Amino acid sequence: MVAGGFGVGKTTFVGAVSEINPLRTEAVMTSASAGIDDLTHTGDKTTTTVAMDFGRITLDQDLILYLFGTPGQDRFWFMWDDLVRGAIGAVVLVDTRRLADCFPAVDYFENSGLPFVIALNGFDGHQPYTPDEVREALQIGPDTPIITTDARHRADAKSALITLVEHALMARLR
Amino acid sequence: MATPPGGHHPYDGAHQSQGENAQNRFNFPSAPSGQGGMQQPQQPYQQPQSGHSYVQPQAPRSQPAQQRRRPEPAPTSNAHNPLVRPYAMTGGRTRPRYQLAIEALVSTTADPARLQGQLPEHQRICRLCFEIKSVAEISALLSIPLGVARILVADLAEAGLVAIHQPGGDESAGGQPDVTLLERVLSGLRKL
Repeated sequence: MVAGGFGVGKTTFVGAVSEINPLRTEAVMTSASAGIDDLTHTGDKTTTTVAMDFGRITLDQDLILYLFGTPGQDRFWFMWDDLVRGAIGAVVLVDTRRLADCFPAVDYFENSGLPFVIALNGFDGHQPYTPDEVREALQIGPDTPIITTDARHRADAKSALITLVEHALMARLR
Repeated sequence: MATPPGGHHPYDGAHQSQGENAQNRFNFPSAPSGQGGMQQPQQPYQQPQSGHSYVQPQAPRSQPAQQRRRPEPAPTSNAHNPLVRPYAMTGGRTRPRYQLAIEALVSTTADPARLQGQLPEHQRICRLCFEIKSVAEISALLSIPLGVARILVADLAEAGLVAIHQPGGDESAGGQPDVTLLERVLSGLRKL
């Protein structure tokens, strides 16, 4: 899974390393937003569409890795639950200028127990904060890797994925 | 990694919140019937009620952002509305007979000659999956909502027209990938 706030570069990251152009799948949901959205005046309105971008990497003749960017709408947790099952882990992309945008994703993965790594996406190649500073700010434990990345570059995205799978493997062996 | 057949379903709401009962869920017409069934305020997906789905993380650092919603064309009583609403393709069913992972792989096993006489959507899926595809790709490439694609693929599997390869996983670890699979993925990524 590739998670993070709106506009942080999830689809860019997926596209950088995917062998296909990122595809978009949509799910239709109904009335789950009741209580959050005021549906009183919307009459027939019972459905909402939530979109998800994803890519694919063929690793071997019989092994395909799918990369799913989480829906931008953080409240659509049911889509995340669907993705977490069977997932190896998550790359949480962070724009350090908008640190708070990643809070829901970090909270979600901490609670679900899915291994995750934090990847600081340096916009315009700048990394204004060090991983240690971000670790302090996010109150992330020492076990969770925090790396810097450039979501536009294949080598960076690949390296982030390797860090994640190594981390997931360590978590399983621990 | 695979969701077991009959296992927990994210949309597996215990009941409908708006008075719809279990029977009339299946009364959705299988084809547009003009003014008839298409205007029913039926709800394709049930609202999850309990289980791990929808449970928000404890003590969130922030409130989840509320984003725009894109409305679907509202049901209308206009008999000339040409749109086929997505669940018309599934005969109103909102759940497949068994749960497919979003990344489950589908490959068509049926001889092309057998596709004649199948529903158009079934034929489109079969033609697409002569080359192996995931449920997510079927949904994206054919512009079918994910839930609908799952149902149609499950139909095809039941009819013996496609083979499904559910992702392997360690059921004792909540379906998470086992160590061997992780090692293979790691090695594959390093070779990219």
